[in-house]
Amino acid sequence: MKSLGSIRKDFAPWNDSNAKPYIQFEQVTKKFGDFTAVNNLSLTIFEREFFALLGASGCGKSTLLRMLAGFEEPTSGRILLDGQNLAGIPPYRRPVNMMFQSYALFPHMTVEKNIAFGLKQEGMPAPEIEKRVAEMLKLVKLEAFAKRKPHQLSGGQRQRVALARSVAKRPKVLLLDEPLGALDKKLREETQFELMDLQQQLGLTFVVVTHDQEEAMTMADRIAIMDKGEVMQVATPAEVYEAPASRFVASFVGNVNIFEGKVIERTAQGAQLAGANGVQILVENAGDAVAGAEVAFAIRPEKIRVSSKRPADAANAMEGLVYDIAYLGDMTVYHVKLDNGQIVRASAMNATRTTDDPLTWDDRAWISFRPDAGVVLTR
Amino acid sequence: MANSTLTDVAAHASAGKSLPARLMVGITRRLVIIVPYVWLLFFFLVPFIIVFKISLSVTAIAMPPYAPVLSLKDGISALLSDLGQLSFDNYVWLTQDALYINSYITSVVVAAISTVLTLLVGYPIAYGMARAPASLRPTLLMMVILPFWTSFLIRVYAWIGILKPEGLLNQFLLATGIIDSPLIITNTYTAVFIGIVYSYLPFMVLPLYAALEKMDHSLIEAAQDLGCPPITAFWKVTFPLSLPGVVAGCLLVFIPAVGEFVIPDLLGGSQTLMIGRTLWNEFFANRDWPVASAVAVILLLILIVPIVIFQNAQARAQEAGR
Repeated sequence: MKSLGSIRKDFAPWNDSNAKPYIQFEQVTKKFGDFTAVNNLSLTIFEREFFALLGASGCGKSTLLRMLAGFEEPTSGRILLDGQNLAGIPPYRRPVNMMFQSYALFPHMTVEKNIAFGLKQEGMPAPEIEKRVAEMLKLVKLEAFAKRKPHQLSGGQRQRVALARSVAKRPKVLLLDEPLGALDKKLREETQFELMDLQQQLGLTFVVVTHDQEEAMTMADRIAIMDKGEVMQVATPAEVYEAPASRFVASFVGNVNIFEGKVIERTAQGAQLAGANGVQILVENAGDAVAGAEVAFAIRPEKIRVSSKRPADAANAMEGLVYDIAYLGDMTVYHVKLDNGQIVRASAMNATRTTDDPLTWDDRAWISFRPDAGVVLTR
Repeated sequence: MANSTLTDVAAHASAGKSLPARLMVGITRRLVIIVPYVWLLFFFLVPFIIVFKISLSVTAIAMPPYAPVLSLKDGISALLSDLGQLSFDNYVWLTQDALYINSYITSVVVAAISTVLTLLVGYPIAYGMARAPASLRPTLLMMVILPFWTSFLIRVYAWIGILKPEGLLNQFLLATGIIDSPLIITNTYTAVFIGIVYSYLPFMVLPLYAALEKMDHSLIEAAQDLGCPPITAFWKVTFPLSLPGVVAGCLLVFIPAVGEFVIPDLLGGSQTLMIGRTLWNEFFANRDWPVASAVAVILLLILIVPIVIFQNAQARAQEAGR
């Protein structure tokens, strides 16, 4: 059998200009009274993609999902699914199914009946329903619980029933609204991988709404980061992390150190930046930042080295005081207070078992990083 | 033995209190449970036993109007011989006169029809209230309860003014030209149905509202998402989940409606034969307390059946609603 990874490895229709978009949001706006939940948003999702909408609560991600499901109609703009305009099509006629955040399992029906609900509605013959339900129960490993009512199940089991019910009809698109929100951390991590496998096995398009960036990074092929009803960036998890498009995206996903400054000199590719109190930063790729522009330099903690002496070969180095040390087992996080007052977060993998760290609280220390370690943000 | 002593000691130690203190806690706990039982004993069981005893007696032109009157005044043997005189003759009598059987049947049928009508009127009201904006709901709830602020009797009398041949309804219908001659509504079963539906509507609406209001709206969305048009979603999800409210509402209407006296008497007139009126006639017109008591005891037995169903339904709903 072909491993699932091999399918996933070469999957990148968003880079293929010939790829046909599957779901298209075209300048969609949704207003609730005076409040604009989604503001002139355009977005393209491809078939078989695992797409995540990531954002803080109230950013409009759930509204977007509900518009796709048909529970809300856009105030303006169009939503297309496989080329078909969804406007005016009620939820019960859309080839999409949703897994609700609260699971919304029917409390008066057994697990079996819950899963069969949509199939019966479709008018599927009873023997086929039975077969499909058995298949779904096997898929989510709940064969032994077919006759139970939802209140007799644990949270994790209910989540699986909700999942089985929403994929039973083989929808074109599965919408998942915070699918793992109600599970504890350990179960959540396990379920993330199960969801990914399931998506590959069934070959469905998944659109998942989440506020948990780790969840989005783990599961999704691409992530749309949303804020105030607008999409800030759509990219693969690695791009979002390594090449954030704006200060907002950089600080929303993962930890980041941001140096505000000015471009004092541009070279062919790179630039020399000047920050507050004499901080000088040399960058290899400054993008489209022009000389004199107010920009931000963003660098992830794991890309900063902390040492007691200035490394001889360092292109960028700054001196400061070890302000805080957090030993996390797999790595150690340092907070270094630079002489200009800024606190920089740096993390170091604990690759060896040495516990006698030469650096300790209130030591003078140097932070250093390569010219290609961070990105220049103009927005 | 040693074992039980050990557990006793352990229990004592774990309680962490002296023996008298623990005894006090035990007594207070029991007192709390005893209170409702004492209430039931004095206000339900004792009166019922008195009524039941009267139903086994015979009428007498005396005060009280039945014999024998049980008393310990003449000693134990007199009491025992009095007890020997009690008989079930009145119950046999109830089965022999068609009046009683017909009254019972009519009452149950009228109450059942009224209950269904009340459900049909009450469900949309409760549904509308539960779906109304949260800020509006207390006002709507108040409006349902508001009629209770006026005397029940006055409200039923008011319906005579509305329904009588020269009443408001007929005046309106004649004036608008919908009818040519006044409708005869008063002194018919129609008037009784209107009266019962009107009077008992809040008892139907409140439990229905309680059941519908706590329902998670995402269940309806889930049903629609899985392919149900709104009406199917209602019958497959909303209605089954509101069943505890439906059962509670129906019983709260059905039980008092069976024994209803005021509404059939005022609105139904002499035409209507309901057990409440029959009971009243036996007590006050015929002064036949023993037969009247027998009628009351049988009525209670008829009503116990739905009450038991209600209790079972509630127990099941509590189990399911966890």
